[in-house]
Amino acid sequence: MNLAYRDIRHNLGRFVLTCIGLGMLLGVVLAMIGIYRGLVSEALALARAPQADLWIVEADRRGPFAESSRIPGDTREAVERIHGVEAAGSVTYMTTDVERTQGGRLRFQLIGYEQGRPGGPAALIAGRPLARSHFELVADRSTGLQVGDTLMLGRNRFTVTGLTAGQVTSGGDPVAYISLLDSQKLQFELAPPAARVELARGTPGGGKDTVNAVVARLLPTASATDVARSVSRWKHLAAISQEEQETILTRSVVQRARQQIGLFTSILMVVSAVIIALIIYTMTMDKIREIATLKLIGAPDRTIVAMIVQQAFALGGTGFLLGAILISTVKDYFPRRVLLQPQDGLALATVVMIVCLISSGLGVRLALRVDPAKALGG
Amino acid sequence: MSEGAAALVVLTGISKHFGEGDTRVDALRDVSMSVMPGEIVGLVGPSGSGKSTLLNVIACILEPSAGKMVLDGDLIFENRWLKGNLRQLRLEKIGFIFQFHNLLPFLNATENVAMVRELAGASTSEARHRAIELLDYLGVGHRKTAMPSTISGGEAQRVAIARAIANRPRIILADEPTAALDSQRAGIVMDLMSQVAKEQQAAIIVVSHDEKIFNRFHRIFYLRDGVLETVEKRATPAAV
Ligand SMILES: Nc1ncnc2c1ncn2[C@@H]1O[C@H](COP(=O)(O)OP(=O)(O)O)[C@@H](O)[C@H]1O
Ligand SMILES: [Mg+2]
Repeated sequence: MNLAYRDIRHNLGRFVLTCIGLGMLLGVVLAMIGIYRGLVSEALALARAPQADLWIVEADRRGPFAESSRIPGDTREAVERIHGVEAAGSVTYMTTDVERTQGGRLRFQLIGYEQGRPGGPAALIAGRPLARSHFELVADRSTGLQVGDTLMLGRNRFTVTGLTAGQVTSGGDPVAYISLLDSQKLQFELAPPAARVELARGTPGGGKDTVNAVVARLLPTASATDVARSVSRWKHLAAISQEEQETILTRSVVQRARQQIGLFTSILMVVSAVIIALIIYTMTMDKIREIATLKLIGAPDRTIVAMIVQQAFALGGTGFLLGAILISTVKDYFPRRVLLQPQDGLALATVVMIVCLISSGLGVRLALRVDPAKALGG
Repeated sequence: MSEGAAALVVLTGISKHFGEGDTRVDALRDVSMSVMPGEIVGLVGPSGSGKSTLLNVIACILEPSAGKMVLDGDLIFENRWLKGNLRQLRLEKIGFIFQFHNLLPFLNATENVAMVRELAGASTSEARHRAIELLDYLGVGHRKTAMPSTISGGEAQRVAIARAIANRPRIILADEPTAALDSQRAGIVMDLMSQVAKEQQAAIIVVSHDEKIFNRFHRIFYLRDGVLETVEKRATPAAV
């Protein structure tokens, strides 16, 4: 007969309450990991949307996401002529905060792209892509906009023609796509007055016809290194491969978040370990007389140790399951994406089990030291 | 006592002291005694006389400073092979009855008894079968599924006796088994212990202060300051 199970059943209320508490704690740990995974996937979504092989950006800058980048508007034509480039498109990125038609403000990232060229939205979940070259908009559904809605951007009213899903910046702002021409005009209209004067004067490097990057798709036979080398012959340009771009994003944009979340997760794991250790210790403490009796009547240490360790595992396992259920249920109500991956769950479960094993050590030590003479009166 | 029946508990020149020098306490001095199968003996004496120490030595949880002890033919403490297996020896050969029943609170009556059978290697169903049989034998068959906290002291002590004899031990050690009971229930418990001594041919050693039960002992060992002073003969063991 299983003593651990019988003891738990006998003190079921206390055990369940402890499991719920531990479950919430482990649920928070799972959520933290999920938030980090969500952050990475969101950051990468923006870089992956153009399905590019190469990013041509301002030299010495890790643009356009980690650092700002400005290059001349005719860069795309030059890049297109490089041997091995299949297609290229200019893109602009601009964060705006506008008034909604139905009231309230909406903050999002506007991406300008050249229709028919790389840089536009990935698959649409509703509506159609931009058809006209002006005043149309494809927005992510997280903006809350619907197909047919209109929106004032600068001095013009834009109509939503299509919706994407899961397209947000690493900061969590939803993304909307407009035509390159519209975006360049907007960049001018929405710029601060002083900068606008500079732009209008045609100050070098601040011309009106600038873009933030050019995305290029290469022929299957082309070598990204060769194309990149050709690009860097122009001293003001640099080429970043898609792989490098993703590394830059995860490293620089998400690095701090990772450290922050990693630290927080570690603290929560330590707290969980202390709680498990204390609970197991008190559960053992409450059974000193029973343990002494078991030893006196001849139960081997293995029986007693098994009882304690099994209870620790039951506590950790149940707590983890409750936490996992809790987070799976509420994850969609988080303001940012919580991405729960089975391998993360598995890893956490393993860590919890190891923590349980270590934490039960305190109780086991106590139990092994109990003097069987304690079972007999004075 | 009849010839040929080997004593189950034989102590020869057992001494036990705690501490050294100024703090030295001689808890047992040169104690020799033996208990025969079917015999129920009392171990009495004032507080601090060494009763618990002697019981702990016989229970194999306290090694004496000097002397020799043989339990059911096995030489304890000096035998290196046995030393590592004292728990197994207790499990198989010694039953314990306590002042407070000491039943595991999270097991019901049947499970408390069956557990010691399972520890000794019996199958779940065999252990359960034996537990039910013993509870019936001791008159607590109606309490099979009751948890210890829900049954009276007298009934709990009967369940504890059932647990003590579940593995058919030859030796039973009882520590103030009636101290927590009124005289009527104490009488019932002593009747049952006499019955067990007789029917199981076990040697029962009872530490007690309770004068009301002294007439149930075949012999009484008086301890004073660690010395076994007198051995008083009371009843005659019917089976010996
Ligand atoms: N672990 C120990 N350490 C030191 N002295 C002890 C210990 N156990 C018992 N004693 C001493 O041995 C003597 C006998 O004690 P004990 O066997 O408990 O007597 P009783 O059970 O008859 O009251 C007492 O003087 C007690 O203080
Ligand atoms: Mg005592």
